Amino acid sequence: MSGQVPEISLDAAVQPVEITPTRAGSQTGAPVRRRRRSKYRPVWEEEPTRLGASGKAVILTCVVLVVVFPLYTVLLTSVSTTAETTRAGGLVTVPGELTLNAYTQILSGGVVTRAVLVSVGITTVGTLLSIVVSVLAAYGLSRPGSFGHRPILFIFLITMFFGAGLIPTYLLVSSLGLIDSYWALILPGAVSAFNVLILRNFFMGIEPAVIDAARLDGAGDWRILAKIVMPMSRAAVAVVALFYGVGYWNAFFNAILYINDNAKWPLQLVLRSYVLQGVNLPSGGTSSVDVAHGAVTGLPLQMAVMVLAVVPILLVYPFVQRHFTKGVIFGAVKG
Amino acid sequence: MTLPAFVGRRRAPDPLHGGAAREAAPAVPVGKISWRTRVKADRSLLIMVVPAVTLLVVFAYVAMLGNVIAWENYSPYTGFVHSPFVAWANFARVFSNPLFLDAVRNTLSITAFQLVFFFPIPIFLALLLNSVMSPHIRTVIQSVVYLPHFFSWVLVVTLFQQMLGGAGLVSQTLRHHGYAGFDLMTNPHAFLVLITMQSVWKDAGWGIIIFLAALGTVSPELYEAAAVDGANRWRRIWHITLPALRPVILLLLILRLGDSLTVGFEQLILQRGAVGPGVSEVIDTYVYYQGVVNGDWGYSAAAGLLKGVVSLALVMGANKVAHLFGEAGVYQKA
Repeated sequence: MSGQVPEISLDAAVQPVEITPTRAGSQTGAPVRRRRRSKYRPVWEEEPTRLGASGKAVILTCVVLVVVFPLYTVLLTSVSTTAETTRAGGLVTVPGELTLNAYTQILSGGVVTRAVLVSVGITTVGTLLSIVVSVLAAYGLSRPGSFGHRPILFIFLITMFFGAGLIPTYLLVSSLGLIDSYWALILPGAVSAFNVLILRNFFMGIEPAVIDAARLDGAGDWRILAKIVMPMSRAAVAVVALFYGVGYWNAFFNAILYINDNAKWPLQLVLRSYVLQGVNLPSGGTSSVDVAHGAVTGLPLQMAVMVLAVVPILLVYPFVQRHFTKGVIFGAVKG
Repeated sequence: MTLPAFVGRRRAPDPLHGGAAREAAPAVPVGKISWRTRVKADRSLLIMVVPAVTLLVVFAYVAMLGNVIAWENYSPYTGFVHSPFVAWANFARVFSNPLFLDAVRNTLSITAFQLVFFFPIPIFLALLLNSVMSPHIRTVIQSVVYLPHFFSWVLVVTLFQQMLGGAGLVSQTLRHHGYAGFDLMTNPHAFLVLITMQSVWKDAGWGIIIFLAALGTVSPELYEAAAVDGANRWRRIWHITLPALRPVILLLLILRLGDSLTVGFEQLILQRGAVGPGVSEVIDTYVYYQGVVNGDWGYSAAAGLLKGVVSLALVMGANKVAHLFGEAGVYQKA
């Protein structure tokens, strides 16, 4: 077995990739089975066995389906008519009669509309605040040998290992008078030491000569940050902004803690109570429902709320996702 | 889990940056420059740090001081200062309360179960993905499996309910074909399996990133040399890939052990109602219900503080163990 391997690799090395026989040719009974050769596979690597390759394909397809299929049914159900869900006995898996009424209903004023606005507002304001504060802190701590940067860094690090705890934080927020204030959903988590360190790590990786040159030309730290460091760090800032943004958008427990007034609920709480817990949307929630004119009720509405909760993430994800593979996260992990 | 791993790696090069520059730059030793001059020189940098430090001081450090109520019979009406001091009574109550001990047991069994059934999955998937030759297919699969990491727990739990709940898609299909349906969401016996499935669905893809990063550092020449020497696919995985992953696996394993007392808080609190506190009550949810819901402030703060301190000790202990294994650990003395 082990003796064969080098032989195959030599063989493959001699034979140019382009003229390897096609799959059909290989099946006509040549003693050496040689199938389509991937142009990415190095010459020394043995061909995958048919069983191995198909097993891999099956597993990976299943993995992708397990992620994609639930999202597909939810999306499809949200654009189906109520009749369609009744016929299917629940979630719709095969496209039938389609309508966007669920969305027009929940977005034409009422509970869901308001919750979307609240969530969008909190996410926008919170992300802006977090990213500005974090970039400033990260740059302020990134210059080697600056005054006091070690003790200050320590202030950040400690918070990563020891949190204040739920009860004291709750009591603090309530004694600051922030109960039922949107600021309670923003300020307590506005700075994440982890994100500051990612940014700082990235800033420290910038070629010092570039910054020194700017300094020699008379630029101060504010100018250097705005004109040199920021333009060079778009990827890192984008990823950290995504982390913060997703955090604000997805948070639901802080709203349970700090927001008693239902009218101020963010979307995740509305999702929890109207979809997960199955509380009916109040009639005011779907402005003037007219079932006779094709208005939908029940499941499509619920699924539409779910889709609304995912849409912002799906919108931003493709632009930021490519930075995950190269850049920030890898840099952070590899150090 | 990426979090502490990153800190260690991040801090390691620190002396390199800071240290080298400091040794090389000044002809006058740093100590000779008065601190006034240094503050003046670095004032922009210091001003930049102020907003973040202010937020942290208020919402992390001032809040930390609030833990004094663990030694008080605290009532919001009398306040931190005037509530009666009760010494260690709250802690004594914590230790003697069977409900708290149940919560600890649930927490630890969830951690142990996920260590066995969740932890290996990202490693396996990373190996599988790494063996996919086409970079396009690999990127597509990666992007798809990372995605759920960015979904909220509310959404994930709701999706699971829609798929595996009593009225979910699977039951619906089973009933359609004449079988009995089932409801995984409210079955206490299957709860460990359910939450592990949810965690895998949400975060396994994200975990892959770390392992793929480690795999990316392995030189392809090693594989080529091994192949030429006659090592087959499996032997290359055993002798090259797994040893390359060993430090990362060990580090994450130790970190997870250090973090044993923390299990998905939002995930569990969302499902506590459906499945009952018997299996879903963990330390964090217990603290929330005793404190915010029942108003037993001093007692719940004591329980929370206890958890925080033990967790800190576990992380530090885990870090020690990492050093004993010759790994970088979470943090090092700079």
